[in-house]
Amino acid sequence: MIKTLLKSLREYKRPAIVTMLVMVGEVVMEVLIPYVMADLIDKGFHNGDMPFILKMGLILALFSVVSLAFGVLGAVIGTRASAGFAKNLRDDMFRNVQRFSFANIDKFSTASIITRVTTDVANVQNIFTMSIRIAVRAPMMMLFSILMMFFINWKLALIVLGVVPLLLFGLTLIARKVFPIFTRMFKKIDKLNNTVQENLHGVRVVKSFVRGEYESERFGETAEDISNDAVMAEKILAWNGPIMTGGMYLVILALSFIGAYFIIGNEPVTVSFMGTTFTTGLLNSVFTYSMQILMNCMMLSMIFVMMIMTRESMRRIAELLREEPTIHNPENPVTEVPDGSVEFDDVDFSYAGSMDKLCLMDVSLKIPSGSTVGIIGGTGVGKTTLIQLIPRLYDATGGVVKVGGRDVREYDMVALRDAVSVVLQKNTLFSGSIKENLRWGNPDATDEEMIHACKAAAADGFIMEFPDGYDTHIEQGGTNVSGGQRQRLCIARALLKKPKVLILDDSTSAVDTATDALIRKGFREEFPETTKIIIAQRISSVQDADMILVLESGRVNDVGTHEELLARNEIYREVYESQNRQQVSGTSSREQEG
Amino acid sequence: MAENQNSRTVQAPRSGPGGMPRGAKMPGQKLDVKSLGRVLKYLGNYKARCIGSVICLIVMAVANVFSARALGTLVDDYITPMVQRRAIDAGALLGYILFLAVIFAASVVANFLVNRLLIAVSQGIMKDIRKDMFRKMQSLPIRYFDTNNHGDIMSRYTNDINTLRQMIANTLPNIVAAALTMLATFVAMFLSSIWLTLFVIVFVFFTMFVTMKIATKSGKYFVEQQKQIGSLNGYVEEMVTGQKVVKVFNHEPATIEGFTKENEKLFTVSSRANGFASMMGPVSNNLGHLQYVFLAVLGAALVALNVPNVTVTGIAVLTVGTVISFLQLSRSFTQNINNVMQQSNAIVLAVAGAKRIFELIDEQPEENEGKVTLVNAKVADDGSITECEEHTGTWAWKVLQEDGSVKYVKLSGDVRMKDVDFSYVEGKQILYDITLYAKPGQKVAFVGSTGAGKTTITNLINRFYDIQEGEITYDGIPIRDINKTDLRHSLGMVLQDVNLFTGTIMENIRYGKLDATDEEVYAAARLANADDFIRRLPDGYDTGIDGAGSNLSQGQRQLISIARAAIADPPVMILDEATSSIDTRTEALVQRGMDGLMHGRTVFVIAHRLSTVQNADVIMVLEHGVIIERGTHEQLIEQKGKYYQLYTGAFELD
Repeated sequence: MIKTLLKSLREYKRPAIVTMLVMVGEVVMEVLIPYVMADLIDKGFHNGDMPFILKMGLILALFSVVSLAFGVLGAVIGTRASAGFAKNLRDDMFRNVQRFSFANIDKFSTASIITRVTTDVANVQNIFTMSIRIAVRAPMMMLFSILMMFFINWKLALIVLGVVPLLLFGLTLIARKVFPIFTRMFKKIDKLNNTVQENLHGVRVVKSFVRGEYESERFGETAEDISNDAVMAEKILAWNGPIMTGGMYLVILALSFIGAYFIIGNEPVTVSFMGTTFTTGLLNSVFTYSMQILMNCMMLSMIFVMMIMTRESMRRIAELLREEPTIHNPENPVTEVPDGSVEFDDVDFSYAGSMDKLCLMDVSLKIPSGSTVGIIGGTGVGKTTLIQLIPRLYDATGGVVKVGGRDVREYDMVALRDAVSVVLQKNTLFSGSIKENLRWGNPDATDEEMIHACKAAAADGFIMEFPDGYDTHIEQGGTNVSGGQRQRLCIARALLKKPKVLILDDSTSAVDTATDALIRKGFREEFPETTKIIIAQRISSVQDADMILVLESGRVNDVGTHEELLARNEIYREVYESQNRQQVSGTSSREQEG
Repeated sequence: MAENQNSRTVQAPRSGPGGMPRGAKMPGQKLDVKSLGRVLKYLGNYKARCIGSVICLIVMAVANVFSARALGTLVDDYITPMVQRRAIDAGALLGYILFLAVIFAASVVANFLVNRLLIAVSQGIMKDIRKDMFRKMQSLPIRYFDTNNHGDIMSRYTNDINTLRQMIANTLPNIVAAALTMLATFVAMFLSSIWLTLFVIVFVFFTMFVTMKIATKSGKYFVEQQKQIGSLNGYVEEMVTGQKVVKVFNHEPATIEGFTKENEKLFTVSSRANGFASMMGPVSNNLGHLQYVFLAVLGAALVALNVPNVTVTGIAVLTVGTVISFLQLSRSFTQNINNVMQQSNAIVLAVAGAKRIFELIDEQPEENEGKVTLVNAKVADDGSITECEEHTGTWAWKVLQEDGSVKYVKLSGDVRMKDVDFSYVEGKQILYDITLYAKPGQKVAFVGSTGAGKTTITNLINRFYDIQEGEITYDGIPIRDINKTDLRHSLGMVLQDVNLFTGTIMENIRYGKLDATDEEVYAAARLANADDFIRRLPDGYDTGIDGAGSNLSQGQRQLISIARAAIADPPVMILDEATSSIDTRTEALVQRGMDGLMHGRTVFVIAHRLSTVQNADVIMVLEHGVIIERGTHEQLIEQKGKYYQLYTGAFELD
């Protein structure tokens, strides 16, 4: 997991390493400064040697400046490294999302992707900043201090070293015990937050069913549950402090007692060139060094605990980074789609990818290039599923889908999707001007081309009524235009691609019948070569199509023209009748179109 | 009220993204004393535990001082004399070590105790605040949810509570401990030398000045960082929401390019903000070292020049020993000051979060002053109504008369509006002079463009909003007098924006009637024409529903929400574009079921699909908050007005 994340370090590997090196400098200074301070007092003060004090003071000031330089340098480079790491993580995640197929997209909710890109990365950035500093610093300090202690007296060093593994063992044990509880608790917190979110979203439902009290009670139970877990975890964590201070005090006591014996008994120093014996000054140093060791032990365990806390964030990021797109470009892709013919050959499809949960079964169909095809069927029969196989938004589970006479899996995906233009059911516009939105269809579109497409989609009229015309600003999601206007803009955007196949997935539902007819007329006259596939609820939207497909429970129920189907197909007739229950003389939409 | 919600979301400032709340997490903010007071009040509920904690902290601070002085005492009082005597007095030495051991043991126990005591406090407060907040949220009027950004409300449950917990569990005890030690060392310093203490004070001010400068700089960039996170967040949200469109248009490279720009900006401000922030540590540390140097030199000079030392106890000669111990004290003092300074930032942040939490808790709840309640009733042969305990299937309004007597009115679903005016915001009137009658069993339909006020009318019937002028009555009783809970029980709602809750399909349908049997659930589902597709799902009624990843189509979700309303079986139903995502054939089936259900009940229908409203008893055409046409389908076609235009497709809705 951590490896996956660290791959994103890239160009910030160097600053990260430099930070670690700078930390070494800081550690050296940190060890030297107390030593000089001790010297200043021992030799300077006790002898009342003013020049020595000034000299040592100057050295100390110099060291402080150097240490300051190291510290600031470490801060600046270190944060740059971790901010850069965070940047790369975000970038890699976002790029991977852009490689996603529809199946991948279905797996992750928008909110969960946003959390990963922001909050989770921020958590990782924090822990990384700490790690590159402390991961170097703490072991260095420990190593240095242990060495110094061995130099002074190996017996005392052993005492201190005896406590360290005990401490580390205790701290790790605690961390390991706490980890599963925390994992469980974080899941419950997610659940709790989800409840809040749902209640915010569905506040009208909650209120109209008068379920406020009921929801509060359920929320209370979860909150109680979380609290119990947290208390359990923290009760274990509560041992952390006492174990640390206990260990520290134990060392102080042992050192005091044995150290006193050594001084009085003139115990020799381990490494000495002039036969020095153990002194109070040295005992002082041993004290300082053992404190350093223990403090850094604690630092390490703190990092460990924090790592555990951020593990969930790391896992979530790694999950997004590792997600492999389910659809790939073929090895030697065909980059030219010859024409707009579409063929389904015994196609089966399942979102889950298993043959026993099929959404489409045995679909076989031939659509000649340039024809208009209508698809009719109830909610959830697989209309949208069917058309999404054409531009390879999903891959068929069984059978073959062909465009221009070739299996869609042989094409370069960009070429295929440029040739097959889909106006999705859940379509969106993006914040920006109308022109900017239209250019999604063709980045190089001229004004004339845009107007042409908009006229065909019956959008030019209302656009020109806006004070800013084609430069009118569209809000995110297109909330400042009406549903019908939004749909027409989406159609115009799709037309700008000059597609060989144009698919409308219930894309004129908010458009009135007259305009709907106008749009189809535009298609017929301006885009005669393009194959038009239209999914609609309204019979009037498809009744003049060359062929109409009736889908029922994932199977092709019937194919025929409006008249044929009306005569022989029960489902089609029912739909037709449900929409034309009370005919008003002279106003049926059919006559209007004629 | 889809229409009005839309316009509101647009107006609401985009903020609080990705769990980064607006207005929080910015160092350099001022401390909000009032909110801090309220947090402390919460702590007051745990008085005993808090006092216990402080005592433990004092024990720990004392032990701290002892451990710092342990070596000095050991050397001065034991080792030096023993070295001089060249003999080890094991008894005395052991005595001192034991003395220390007792103090240390007390400190370790205190440490453990303080941890344990604070767990209950911090977790208890967390739990209380969470519950208080949620309960309060449930009691707030719809207006609150329509005018406040949901992400912003959300972040109070996540970030704000979390920072507050951190403060109570870690920051506060740390600060108290550091402050105690600081106080002790300051007193000790003051006792040993006033001159040197003055110098330390001056230097500490200097250090604070420098670190504050850095903090301000870092704070400025943190503000920018928050802004940039919001911007990046908005970009990701927009693009990922439209990810399928991005794919269909091969727009990935351009999308990545846009993201890279945002990302680069965030990187720049983030490294600046954090860079300055992490400079504070080394700067204050090394300024501490410099202070040590100056103190040492100053002290040595004072000793050399024989300057008389002024202390509280009088004037004496400054000795080497005093200077040395003063040096130790000053180091501890500065360290603790730095500690407090760094922690205080966390306090400011946590209190800022607490303030946002209290804002929510202090919101004015929805008033529920209505006295008229709904009771189970029996109707005698002579038509007189009596109240009873058991469920009879008959309901009655219990109206208290002015003379103290009680009148019962049978619940039948007669809704009337008379000259109703309404505006969400003063000065922007939405509805004008709305008058309508819906007799029990009638189907009243509203037709009109977005923003004409259709949804607003239904919002008034269930009192999501209260009217400014006119009167609305339910079974002849002004709805202002009816208890809101009972009023809403007597009204069913199905909305276009389907909101199901995490859980199984069974649980979701049962939401309409919590004590419904499985049979009742199946019956309701059959009524809504949902039973068929539910049974075909692999897990049937036990299929889980969650926000993402659920395989249900919009239409299927709508059917489930209709079943949920059907099971509640209310006398009045409001269907706001309830069938807009269902195909016309299925709708016709659902309609048949609904018609069965609605027999003898009142229905308000809002739909843009005219086939949905054709069989209504009366159709109201709304435009700009005014009813411009009313009548049956045939009458309206006859009139050849707006409805006729709509029907013939000469005019576009939405």
